[in-house]
Amino acid sequence: MSMNTIANEEKNKVSGKFKISSGAIQQILAFASLIALVIFFSIASGSFLQYSNVIGILLSTAVIGILALGATFVIITGGIDLSVGTVMTLSSVMIGVIVVNGGMPIWVGIIGGILTGALCGLLSGFAIAKLNIPPFIATLAMMMIAKGLALVISSAAPIYFSDHENFTKISLGSITPGIEVPNAILIFFIMAIIGGIILSKTILGRYNFAIGSNEEATRLSGVNVNFWKMSIYTLAGAFTGVAGVLMAARLNSAQPALGQGYELEAIAAVVIGGTSLSGGKGTIVGTVIGALIMSVLTNGLRIMSIPQEWQTVVVGLVIILAVYADTLRKKD
Amino acid sequence: MKKKMGLLSGVLATSLLFAACSDDGASGDGAGEIEEGKPYVAVVSKGFQHQFWQAVKQGAEEAAEEFDVSLTFEGPESESQVDKQVEMLQAALDKKPDAIGFAALDSKAASPLLKEADSKDIPIIAFDSGVDSDIPLATASTDNRAAAALAADKMAEAIGEEGKVALIVHDQTSVTGTDRRDGFKEQIESKYPKIEIVDIQYGAGDHLKSTDLAKAVMQAHPDLKGMFGSNEGSAIGVVNAVNELNKGGKITIIGFDSGKQQLDAVKSGVMTGAVTQNPVGIGYETVKAAVEALDGKELEKVIDTGFYWYDKDNIDDEEIQAAVYQ
Repeated sequence: MSMNTIANEEKNKVSGKFKISSGAIQQILAFASLIALVIFFSIASGSFLQYSNVIGILLSTAVIGILALGATFVIITGGIDLSVGTVMTLSSVMIGVIVVNGGMPIWVGIIGGILTGALCGLLSGFAIAKLNIPPFIATLAMMMIAKGLALVISSAAPIYFSDHENFTKISLGSITPGIEVPNAILIFFIMAIIGGIILSKTILGRYNFAIGSNEEATRLSGVNVNFWKMSIYTLAGAFTGVAGVLMAARLNSAQPALGQGYELEAIAAVVIGGTSLSGGKGTIVGTVIGALIMSVLTNGLRIMSIPQEWQTVVVGLVIILAVYADTLRKKD
Repeated sequence: MKKKMGLLSGVLATSLLFAACSDDGASGDGAGEIEEGKPYVAVVSKGFQHQFWQAVKQGAEEAAEEFDVSLTFEGPESESQVDKQVEMLQAALDKKPDAIGFAALDSKAASPLLKEADSKDIPIIAFDSGVDSDIPLATASTDNRAAAALAADKMAEAIGEEGKVALIVHDQTSVTGTDRRDGFKEQIESKYPKIEIVDIQYGAGDHLKSTDLAKAVMQAHPDLKGMFGSNEGSAIGVVNAVNELNKGGKITIIGFDSGKQQLDAVKSGVMTGAVTQNPVGIGYETVKAAVEALDGKELEKVIDTGFYWYDKDNIDDEEIQAAVYQ
């Protein structure tokens, strides 16, 4: 009996110790896999670590990465946002409509684009919080609405920013002295820092985790859960809008038919980064690492000239591995 | 509950209003009107929103005007919506058309309806990638293999018939994707032994993905001399990649189709040139063949709607301007 107790206590101690570090384990794992991938690809191909390729990888992370940052907030509530791909498209098309068709200055277009994203987020949040529609359904509907509206307001044709030479600099210009880092990369990291601060230092971040851990308890303790949920979806929408700005600026055009499927890549990045789909757990740093893993993986496989079919298979396997690591952690 | 229903119906009503107000926009249904007394040709295409299909529609409308028939032109939102297209074909049949123009997404899925049309003696003209069946009287389409072979010849000419080239292709399963890939590849392999195709990657015609793809290919093969993009999104991806990596002038780009950015790239010299199909011609020939079928004329089984090579020198020619879209 006493032996048993001791054994149990011992076990508790061990698992207690494990728990202390377990929050970080997924992140450490993810970071370690990122480093391992980088080392592997550097050995496999001489061109992988070249400066221009590293910049290429970071640049290709920017759009999906910012979508994933927004999605992190939503997923921590235990929700999901399937609309980010097409809402991003709607935002970029909105910029085109404002700037090219409406003849307004570029900054008005950018604000309009970000607000469009935020508004879509607000509507999704409203449907989820006030109309009690499950997030999966509400954002699926928003995915379709945004896709349709993007086609409607653009008359189903791409909008080109050819007459606005400076627009593309938002993504591809560089303000860093001495070393040429495209602005899109800077914006991605700035958005990550903003996201990190909101998630860990503000009341929205705190309630975000509380809602994800136990929504009912949060409600019973007097928190206006509906309000905060709507705020979180709106915030995620604004991030999506920023991604729309970068996308339009990089392509120097707003392409109304693009975007669908990006939401799944964003969700994959979030999940690889250790954010739990059941809510209550997640970090911005994890998401940044997750997004980097996705783009390092695709870039590296491409550079090794692995057939595309297999690239997709490998990415799928990595997602399984990442989520499996997450469930292992939870068992303990 | 009542309150909720009220809200819901409010939302619904608003969205309906919205839909009604924006009816002139991108809806894929029922573009065109059926007029009494004129022969009616129903065209069901593979797409609607893409510029290419808009150009096909324009050609169809031109022919409808010229031959005085009434026309409807519709197509699903994306080229994976086989079921939607079958529904559209069903709806078109229900309107009792005199002739049908059809570009199948999936010929087998559409085959019962094609048989129904055949049994009602409604002539069917296939277009674009056509219909895999004996029922259509004729097929108006681009010979994609020959068009891509022309692109390969132009590539060889531009890089001096030797060196490494790579392909960014929009799709590895569709007929246009594989035909253009194979047409290019076979031409290079059979005619230009000193040219090596080092990589073929697929970017789904997505501009952003194709850009990142093309950049990775260029990183992996620093001595790459040329790249072929097999449709608008793929070609623009290559152009973006060359611009972002400052490789202008070092890599020869050959494109396919058109669109404003591709036309600009050709004009500015970043892109050597591109092959364009003749989408206006596809639409025009489809409706024209339908009219001829109604008049009881014999039709050629395959109507080659042609393709053109355009570069800096001939881009402003009339026949090119009629085939390209902005």
